[in-house]
Amino acid sequence: MSGALLTNFAGVPFKNPVIAASGTFGFGRQFEKIYDLSKIGGLCTKGLTLEPRPGNTGERLWETPAGLLNSIGLENPGVDAFIENEWPHLADIDTVTIPNVGGSDLDSYVQAVSKFNDLPVKLIELNISCPNVKCGGMAFGMDPDQAYAVTKAVVDESAHPVMAKLTPNAPDLTGVARACEEAGAAGLSLINTIQGMAVDVDRRRIVFDNVYAGLSGPAVKPIALRMVHQVVHAVSIPVMALGGISDWRDALEFIMIGAQCVQVGTMNFVDTTVLPDIVDGLETYCTKHGIQNLDDVRGIL
Amino acid sequence: MAVIKSNYAVEEGIYQMEVAWTGDVRPGQFFMLRAWDRDPLLSRPISVHDYDAESGTLSFLYQVKGKGTKLMSELGPMDAIQLDGPHGNGFPDVKSNLVVVGGGMGIAPLLYAVRDFKAKHKRKKVRVYLGYSFESYGVEPFNDVADDVIVNIGGIITEKVEVKRGETVFGCGPNVMMRALADAVPPKHPVYLSLEKRMACGMGVCLGCSVKTVDGNKQVCADGPVFERDELIWEGGL
Ligand SMILES: Cc1cc2nc3c(=O)[nH]c(=O)nc-3n(C[C@H](O)[C@H](O)[C@H](O)COP(=O)(O)OP(=O)(O)OC[C@H]3O[C@@H](n4cnc5c(N)ncnc54)[C@H](O)[C@@H]3O)c2cc1C
Ligand SMILES: Cc1cc2nc3c(=O)[nH]c(=O)nc-3n(C[C@H](O)[C@H](O)[C@H](O)COP(=O)(O)O)c2cc1C
Ligand code: FES
Repeated sequence: MSGALLTNFAGVPFKNPVIAASGTFGFGRQFEKIYDLSKIGGLCTKGLTLEPRPGNTGERLWETPAGLLNSIGLENPGVDAFIENEWPHLADIDTVTIPNVGGSDLDSYVQAVSKFNDLPVKLIELNISCPNVKCGGMAFGMDPDQAYAVTKAVVDESAHPVMAKLTPNAPDLTGVARACEEAGAAGLSLINTIQGMAVDVDRRRIVFDNVYAGLSGPAVKPIALRMVHQVVHAVSIPVMALGGISDWRDALEFIMIGAQCVQVGTMNFVDTTVLPDIVDGLETYCTKHGIQNLDDVRGIL
Repeated sequence: MAVIKSNYAVEEGIYQMEVAWTGDVRPGQFFMLRAWDRDPLLSRPISVHDYDAESGTLSFLYQVKGKGTKLMSELGPMDAIQLDGPHGNGFPDVKSNLVVVGGGMGIAPLLYAVRDFKAKHKRKKVRVYLGYSFESYGVEPFNDVADDVIVNIGGIITEKVEVKRGETVFGCGPNVMMRALADAVPPKHPVYLSLEKRMACGMGVCLGCSVKTVDGNKQVCADGPVFERDELIWEGGL
């Protein structure tokens, strides 16, 4: 390791900028059997809510060309169970664990985030962008005023820096980004999944009980790239970019347009070592091009 | 990466693939297979149809459904295939006599289940029911290992199934058939059902394959695919 990948995100040091995206990495345990998690910069947990949630009924997955539609609906054991059963284990791993927190109303967001106040968490990801839950979730990320309100309420109560995760479905994405910055968010992550749908012609029905589902994977990368580009120019807080990243070249594209870190989601299902492979790929790129630190190429475009 | 030994049609649209592989694998477990780069995006879950530890041969029996299985069917000897697994729990080791019920492609994991059972319990009996909609396939190897094989074409197999004293039932087939089987077998018999759900990760992280059980949600890929009948809550067709 040359140190070329060392990255500071909102005051939080990361050994490298390659992070597992929420909902595609569980709580890390399954991947731990495949590689040493201390190899990656960090991981975002599956979305956590104050109360446990069973998630959505019916079909939850549907593959598309180069993409995946999901309608999981934030199935999770709840913050308390996470803190009891998963946090102690994750805290022992030499990587940054970022709890991803969702809610259904302002109060449930604030309460859920406050539960982390006494733990040595470095960064919280505030999920105001899940398209697969009926109340809360994406509703808060669709409109700058709502995004401001929930981010402000959470930032005021949280002992840790908060990164707001934005939805690409917002009509005024940069407006929402600025609102989160104004409300005190330490950083932003984007994009969450893009709303889509599917029809099963054999069964003659709409695939998902919720009708709409979230699209992710390589298919969404050009859209994510454009949105990250817009947002990094609209705010002065750092951005974690994600959406369709499948290799170190994709990661560099986002870094070159100004992303401080990158997250990888769907590709974890396709290639279980994609994250450490991206770390290696970036390291090799830096060595080959005599780059002392990724800052030399960050935001050059 | 594993090397394919053979890959051939056993019936129109139904293929059997033998792959060089050694390791521990239980009946009812499955692998995530891919023999392509990024298109299609996801790997395909396919059950272990048979396994011969001595020659290091793993067999899959699969039906060409769409893009992934079509690509698999076009492979030949010496071609490489990526096997990720084995995943899932598999069928339990039971000590009673066994009744095995397969519907369509659901017969795939049952051959190894029967073979493994007979290897462990030589004096115990296995009766196999195989139900098909149009044409039967893959029956021959069952005749070699089971005590009795009943084949039914075009009917509802679960109506034919008889379960006698001290027998345990293993089933695999479409989820609607699994439910019918769960309802048909008297409560005193243990029934183990292998379920199918669309899968993205195959290892318990995406939560795309959850089913409702009496102990809350469980993942078909990691906690299953085999579940005991009484664990399952059949709500909304699973
Ligand atoms: C645990 C498990 C074991 C299986 N074992 C076998 C087996 O031994 N032999 C066999 O022929 N089939 C088996 N299947 C079904 C098999 O995975 C699908 O038929 C196959 O994935 C279809 O892929 P495709 O690209 O040909 O079809 P497409 O229709 O192009 O697939 C599109 C998407 O739907 C998924 N999909 C389609 N049908 C199913 C299904 N029935 N179950 C789960 N996902 C599905 C695919 O994986 C893919 O993500 C098993 C499924 C599971 C969950
Ligand atoms: C199966 C699945 C579950 C997800 N669950 C969550 C979640 O709980 N919280 C969240 O903020 N994002 C969730 N996401 C969104 C991803 O974190 C990510 O934003 C999105 O998939 C785009 O990145 P990708 O193209 O690399 O997958 C989920 C995505 C998938 C595919
Ligand atoms: S397929 Fe991902 S949890 Fe089962």
